[in-house]
Amino acid sequence: MLVAFSAVSALALITAFIFRAGLPIMMKVGLGDFIFSNEWRPTDASPSFGIFPMIMGSLAVTAGAMVIGVSLGLACAIVLTQFCHPRAVSVLKPAIELLAGIPSVVFGFIGVVILVPLIRQYLGGWGLSVLAASLVLGIMMLPTVTSITVDALQAVPRSYGDGSIALGATKWQTTHMVLLKAAGSGIMAAVILGMGRAIGETMAVIMVIGNWLDVPHSILDPARTLTSNIALEMGYSAGEHRQALFATGVVLFVIIMAVNTAALAFSRHHLRKAGMR
Amino acid sequence: MRKAIVCLGVAAVLTAGWLIAGCSRARQATRLIGSTSILPFAEMLAEEFNALNPDMHVEVQGGGSAAGLQAVADGIAEIGMCSRGLKSQELEQYEPIVIAFDGLSVVVYPGNPVSDLSLEQIRGIFTGQITNWSQLGGGDGPIHVITREEGSGTREAFQKMVMGEARISRRAVTQESNGAVKELVRNDPASIGYMSMGLAGELKNLSIAHARPTRQNVLPDSKGQRKYSLVRPFLFVTRKGAPMPTGAKRFVDFVLSPRGGAMLEKEGLVAPRETGQSH
Amino acid sequence: MRPIAVHTQRIATTVLWTLAGLTIGVLLFIIGFVLVRGLPHITLEFLTAAPRSMGREGGVFPIIVGTICVAGLAILIAGPVGVLTAIYLTEYTRPSRLTAVIRFGADCLAGIPSIIFGLFGFVFFVIRLGMGPSILAGALTLSLMVLPTIIRTSEEAIRAVPLSYRDVSYGLGSTRWQMVMRVVIRSALPGIGTGIILSLGRSISETAAVMLTAGSALNLPRSAYDSVRTLALHFYILSREGISMEKAYATAAVLVLSILGINLLAYWIMRRFIARVT
Repeated sequence: MLVAFSAVSALALITAFIFRAGLPIMMKVGLGDFIFSNEWRPTDASPSFGIFPMIMGSLAVTAGAMVIGVSLGLACAIVLTQFCHPRAVSVLKPAIELLAGIPSVVFGFIGVVILVPLIRQYLGGWGLSVLAASLVLGIMMLPTVTSITVDALQAVPRSYGDGSIALGATKWQTTHMVLLKAAGSGIMAAVILGMGRAIGETMAVIMVIGNWLDVPHSILDPARTLTSNIALEMGYSAGEHRQALFATGVVLFVIIMAVNTAALAFSRHHLRKAGMR
Repeated sequence: MRKAIVCLGVAAVLTAGWLIAGCSRARQATRLIGSTSILPFAEMLAEEFNALNPDMHVEVQGGGSAAGLQAVADGIAEIGMCSRGLKSQELEQYEPIVIAFDGLSVVVYPGNPVSDLSLEQIRGIFTGQITNWSQLGGGDGPIHVITREEGSGTREAFQKMVMGEARISRRAVTQESNGAVKELVRNDPASIGYMSMGLAGELKNLSIAHARPTRQNVLPDSKGQRKYSLVRPFLFVTRKGAPMPTGAKRFVDFVLSPRGGAMLEKEGLVAPRETGQSH
Repeated sequence: MRPIAVHTQRIATTVLWTLAGLTIGVLLFIIGFVLVRGLPHITLEFLTAAPRSMGREGGVFPIIVGTICVAGLAILIAGPVGVLTAIYLTEYTRPSRLTAVIRFGADCLAGIPSIIFGLFGFVFFVIRLGMGPSILAGALTLSLMVLPTIIRTSEEAIRAVPLSYRDVSYGLGSTRWQMVMRVVIRSALPGIGTGIILSLGRSISETAAVMLTAGSALNLPRSAYDSVRTLALHFYILSREGISMEKAYATAAVLVLSILGINLLAYWIMRRFIARVT
């Protein structure tokens, strides 16, 4: 009984400690200034703490990652469930899930060694960019999107698809008009969970994003994300600087909780719909 | 099933024993805490020292220069590592020992035609006022400025010696390690960054006000003047007035010995001259 | 209308297959890249020797030990807690507001990014409880991180045990606890095992949380209060500081191989499990 509350109490403990460490400085700076100010000068004689560029950086990178991760993830899921021999599925699905197990530092490293020079050479700019981070994160969130979408598609009753085929629709028509719609909320949950992964990823992003302090103006610009801000400067921060990094964590935490709650709402909706039939 | 439970039980007992054993460990050791810039060199020296003296054990931890000083004051560490000169009120409390000088190189892509800049020009680049290599006699193209993260000792030293009151531009790319800066500068023809002299390797070191960052130019002459201006001392710091424990004393002697000096020089630092500079 | 539909079908199929192929290609490329660059540098000495001069020479033995200690201890903590929670959720309660709260907690915990776990572990275990950067602090942090996965997978595995098993066990006069231990857990063991093994993989590959809680010492740990460096962090430091690319690739190869092995093991157990159930 006590053990059963481990997860809940861990969650409560984490929330309490992160907020306690981060809130004082947010109050001192003012919530509006903390979130909307452009100036991040944590170690100045008169320091200022504004994380607006990091919020924009996180949003830009996440949006980019979604474009790549969702399109590839959905494609994989549809191919696996609709156009693929079951035996091939039993090899391919674990293979894609294996991507989820590869350490993020390895993704980041390959991004730096291969992707960044390619971007610098052929598209110009720094190479370290929102684009590079989006590509790396897109690949990293792919397994999440794929495997949850596969589950959602497989949960659609066979009769739906069979009915559609019997009415003379092609397999593709069936897929995008019937199956995707029926599995819609499950797919939505997959997309949002993938998004959560992209917002929260740290080590891979830090290596390919460039971490400058300005708001990115194009996808070839570097940026700094909330996560990379924390991991970059945590090492030897002290005093208010450290508090401000925890406050960055608080903002990240709130965003993630909002995203997750949305995902949970969608998957519950999905379950309810599945339960009705 | 029963086997699995027995295995788990044994593992749990072993772990518990290990945890308890950990609580009561008593190890007489010399501890160094402080600057992450000095950390890798100190680790290397400690490794060699421990191998040569099986009866001794030197442990090295990071945390930053300030944490190092604090640790010495609190008696947590016998020796603090500090990668900047001590302030006058700190000198009342601590005894500094210069173990090496570290020249800070301003580095560019090996093929960059620019080879000599003034301190003002470097400051202009890093504040974002100078944005094109053509303004400095190079080819036409934007300058990619690379800096280190807030809190890094190297950045602090650069800020103090080059920037002064001026701020590093918001549009400077920030990298969290010397290696990452090096990798970028080596591959990006438009880039400029800074790092410890000894780490620059095949990158192009800029001369500053016509002085090249070489061993000769980094060492102070008899009047305490040096040709190359971007130099910081690496200090071991002990508590003033207190006798050093034997282990710490032996380690400091080892670091200052020709053998220790040679190890530091091999890593690109400049060991203090035999005459014994003390700040 | 019909020919257009057929045409669209062809285009859609082509696009989908291209994208899926691309994904598999990327996967193979990543694994191949690391193995091709790393495998030639893996020698017996690399696996059994201590690193010298910051990892430029020597091997990764203390780092392998450190990784096993941190990840193993994390699983040793999270495993029993997670499985017991799952048992409680499935065998001892009916769906209620209480179980909804527990499940919500687990789901939320699952979505929290590792850097937040790292921050928490840093203020709570490292500073507040005074553990310092250590195996114990790292393992406790990781155990919280993998707890939801273990709860989730164990719950699913337990639910998959047919009701009739339970009825038979009751019919033979066993108590609920006996029934759970002897019948349910036994049948669900492969499923639970898969979840635990996958969590082990996640613990091994985690970097951000470990960096903030377990430190980066290169010594062989003597107690759970010693700081250690894990393989993933060692790879990060070697490659980022540019200390030695050869050793970095070799470390990455060891890491990827162990993750590969762990996944295959989990997959194999799962397959046996499915084969037995059907």
